[in-house]
Amino acid sequence: MDTQEHVLRGESAPKDPLHREDIRERRMTNPLRLRSWNPYLVGVGIGVLSWIAFATAAHPIGVTTAFEHTAALIIGGLGAGWPSDGYFADHSPKIGWEWTLVMGVFLGSFLSARLGDDRTKTSVPRLWAIRFGESRAKRFAAAFLGAALMLFGARLASGCTSGHGISGNLQLALSSLVFTAAFGLVGIVTALWMYRRKGARHV
Amino acid sequence: MKRDGVGKLALGFATGLAFGWLLERSRACRHEAMAGQLRGDDSRVARLMITASAVGSVATLALHQAGRVELSPKPLRLGGVVGGGLLFGAGMSLLGHCPGTSLAAVGEGNVDAFFGVLGMLAGAGAFVVTHDRIEPLLRRGDFGAPTLPELTHAPAWPFTSLLAAAAVGSTRLERAAPPMPEVS
Repeated sequence: MDTQEHVLRGESAPKDPLHREDIRERRMTNPLRLRSWNPYLVGVGIGVLSWIAFATAAHPIGVTTAFEHTAALIIGGLGAGWPSDGYFADHSPKIGWEWTLVMGVFLGSFLSARLGDDRTKTSVPRLWAIRFGESRAKRFAAAFLGAALMLFGARLASGCTSGHGISGNLQLALSSLVFTAAFGLVGIVTALWMYRRKGARHV
Repeated sequence: MKRDGVGKLALGFATGLAFGWLLERSRACRHEAMAGQLRGDDSRVARLMITASAVGSVATLALHQAGRVELSPKPLRLGGVVGGGLLFGAGMSLLGHCPGTSLAAVGEGNVDAFFGVLGMLAGAGAFVVTHDRIEPLLRRGDFGAPTLPELTHAPAWPFTSLLAAAAVGSTRLERAAPPMPEVS
């Protein structure tokens, strides 16, 4: 079982057991190199971060506004002809706090993965491959479509798992509670349906 | 092109750095964490979210009551919030990441998540382009932007306590659905 575990996790095989052992030793002593932090520790961290964001920038942490603004800037830059005059009358897209936040998330994750020696670099996740095969094109197309649907939905509701799910719920906003219930329910039903033939735990 | 001041941009960047770091370390940005959460094999994402909400709630609402911060609850327009939630849930399941963790998954070097980020930009573009036509639908069932304390004319602390109790209660999920063993 042990020798197969890295395959199940979608990770490459450890090349040099002695070297890996050495890395593990170092991780024990330096928390920055500890690969995985407990979800409660991270939850407390993000909770405190949301409070810092409110106090310093009067902003709830959210990710998708930046995508909307980027798309709007591109579409606006393409010129007239797009049926979105009303959009530009109501909204003023800009490079703002949320935009640099998105850049920060990329880099923060990159640095964490580098320092933790934890870059995964997968194209087809293991759970996906077991159900839908190893085809990269299929996985990339599904990722693109799923993401487009997800972001469209987030903008209809003005928020996502961050903006509604965490930042909205922590303010006890009713809209966020309704959004969380709706996406949670549909997300679970969709996942159970997608992976239905692989119902066993720990695939 | 409009932009915020440099100080505010730097603050956003610093906040993002910490957020990305935390998402990567929690491994919530792994496909199996999110897909596993939705199909009931893994409970890390739910435990992380409820803890973040509870901790954030205590501090933010305390600061709010002291008059130090303005809240910005999002509007409850049933058309947009429910319709958006349904599409969001289906798309998130298909992708296996949420918007924030997609970015973190790209930071980890995952190619499929990069196509996800491109898709997110396309979805945002679709919203901008169709905005004028769908706006009336989104506005159906407009209830303003109420919070639970405003709605019930009650103080915030009972609700915050409920969130905290849910975070503590979520430790039971850990036993029900332990994460897959870590491999180093």
